[in-house]
Amino acid sequence: MDTQLKKNKQNPRKTAINVLIHVLLAVLAVVWLLPIAWIVLTSFRAEPGAYTTTVLPQEYTLNNYVKLLTDRNVLDFPKMFGNTLIISIISCIISTFLVLSVAFSLSRLRFRFRKPYMNMAMILGLFPGFMTMVAQYFILKSMGLTEGQSIRIGLIVVYSACAGLGFQISKGFFDTIPRSIDEAAIIDGATEWQVFTRITLPLSKPIVIYTVMTSFMAPWVDFIFAKVLCRANADQFTVAIGLWNMLQKEYIYQWYTCFAAGAVLISIPIAALFLYMQKFYVEGMSGAVKG
Amino acid sequence: MSEEQITVREALKHGDFSTKLSAVVMGAGMLGHRQIAKGILVLVTEVAFLVYMLGRGFHDLVMIPSLGTETYHKNWNEALQAFEYLDGDDSQQILLAGVVVLFGVAAIVALWILQMRHSYRLQRQIKEGEDVPTLRQDLKNLLDGNLHITLMTLPCIGILIFNVVPLVYMISMAFTTYSKEGEHLVLFDWDGLNQFVRVLNMDGNIGQQFWGVLAWTVIWAIFATFLNYILGMALALLINRKETKGKAFWRFCFVLSIAVPQFVTLMIMNIMLQPSGAVNVLLMNAGLISDPIPFWTDAMLARITIIVINIWVGIPYTMLQVTGILQNIPAELYEAAKMDGAGPVRIFFKITLPYMLFVTMPYLITSFVSNINNFNVIYLLSGGGPTRVGDTAGQTDLLVTWLYKLTIDQQYYNLGAVIGILTFVILTAITLVTYRNSSSYKNEEAFM
Repeated sequence: MDTQLKKNKQNPRKTAINVLIHVLLAVLAVVWLLPIAWIVLTSFRAEPGAYTTTVLPQEYTLNNYVKLLTDRNVLDFPKMFGNTLIISIISCIISTFLVLSVAFSLSRLRFRFRKPYMNMAMILGLFPGFMTMVAQYFILKSMGLTEGQSIRIGLIVVYSACAGLGFQISKGFFDTIPRSIDEAAIIDGATEWQVFTRITLPLSKPIVIYTVMTSFMAPWVDFIFAKVLCRANADQFTVAIGLWNMLQKEYIYQWYTCFAAGAVLISIPIAALFLYMQKFYVEGMSGAVKG
Repeated sequence: MSEEQITVREALKHGDFSTKLSAVVMGAGMLGHRQIAKGILVLVTEVAFLVYMLGRGFHDLVMIPSLGTETYHKNWNEALQAFEYLDGDDSQQILLAGVVVLFGVAAIVALWILQMRHSYRLQRQIKEGEDVPTLRQDLKNLLDGNLHITLMTLPCIGILIFNVVPLVYMISMAFTTYSKEGEHLVLFDWDGLNQFVRVLNMDGNIGQQFWGVLAWTVIWAIFATFLNYILGMALALLINRKETKGKAFWRFCFVLSIAVPQFVTLMIMNIMLQPSGAVNVLLMNAGLISDPIPFWTDAMLARITIIVINIWVGIPYTMLQVTGILQNIPAELYEAAKMDGAGPVRIFFKITLPYMLFVTMPYLITSFVSNINNFNVIYLLSGGGPTRVGDTAGQTDLLVTWLYKLTIDQQYYNLGAVIGILTFVILTAITLVTYRNSSSYKNEEAFM
């Protein structure tokens, strides 16, 4: 009776706070969604150019998408899309393999080089990434991977070669799998390799998916390494450099609305992948931090 | 198999003929102790190394001190009765080849030590009548007891070639005159610590720029890290309140903004905030301002804009990352605080924040480091500008973006390398100090 009364008394104030918080969330959500809505609107805008005197488009059209996908003379978007797809599939396979191997070794196997390796990975992580970029370019050049078709191989190498340094989240996940399962298998005569491929990997589906997706997405969102490696080789451009180019002075007036269309097109699959894997991301994060 | 440590000295002292021979002919000890395949492999490696050294390795090694002297020139060839053009030395290639040779020598020395020890171990095993592992057993063991060798070799080679070698190469550039200044792009020399002095010297132009950029980098990293952290956590708390309706919907709204590739949103923001971009048009149409706001051309305003946009970019990430951890905070703590009559703000600062700081300290350090090295946000938003006349660094340049400008745009490779090394030194210092003072390091026991 007494508690009932108390509840009733507090209710109006509580409701007010609740409403206030929901309004606040709504305002914030609008702030966060506005730029995205704006880019979608721009992609359907009929007037060319980056700057218009009105906020909303005057006329809507699908031509931006059509031009983006069919105009192959100046900025060949379909070609860039193909380039990026090939690069990302191959580098995804290589880096997933490297990341999972390293994470499993560091989590499950005990060897003398283990601690030094983890310390080394931490130290290497403190250097700015661009310090290695220039030198990587020279090394790839001396291997002949900076001209013509081989630029693609160069990019694959750049995206996947150092994957072994990004083991932390997968290792954190492997650490949470009980060791007793491995031990039981080893008593039954399994080798460490069998433990890795038949027990740990099937039990770690979320983190395998997470690793596959992050390494698949890297070539789509990186533009700076690609820019340094491709330089002026337009037929080797990835999607990211292509989009960046559309905003440069010489193209922006003609291509700005197409840029918006391209951004929408590549954002859809990436957003879908990301929304799908966000729960693995959260799991991996809290696992890794706790570990 | 005896696991005690065998030293090379012991092996040289007590080894039999084939063990001692392997000091010169690598792999001989294995060939003499029933491990033919391994012995051949090691021997072939040594031969390959020697061929490489005789072919170009020694030349590369000898060139390191001078880094090349010959310039491109033409020469009168008596025999041909014509001028011939001779390629000069390319110091940058000589330096790279030199770094590679040094790594090759280090690798062969390591292999030499390993095979000396191994030969002596085999010799002792045979003497004691133990079985020597056959090739088949060795291979089998690569999938079992030695699985780490199988799994780690490829990643390590990748890291060595595409991270360690490039780093050593770039670090060594800091001690040379490799720069567009003074026409040192083809031929350059060792320069000692001169470039470091130049960067650290507060009186010089470069030095003044360096300290300015450093100060802004640190301010930026502090704001970017802690504002994102606290505001992101507050947002996560708002969404996770028991009374909030439609949690999944709110989360979706914010997550959607990170699902769009970051470089796309950043480039759009840059356009939207231009003098004739959407934001200014909107404000002018509404009659709130008469002149466009100079978001990117006023230094102070550009800095604030960047920090605010970074909050926009970063909050959803923090929200995602801390959601799981927030749910792990023991409920008793909250109940006890409520009993004592603490309000929500007090609870946040007395319970939630300390708990989160304790658990997420490693994450906080990582995000501080990645903010100091945050290239994309600055490069795509302001491009480092506005830039004062005569400077290479803009008012919003971070050390990394300045490093990029110095190397890629200006071709001041040596200065760029110095900046990179100094960034590393600063980051190492910050990481060590905060990590050692953090409670999760001092007290590894649970929170409370």
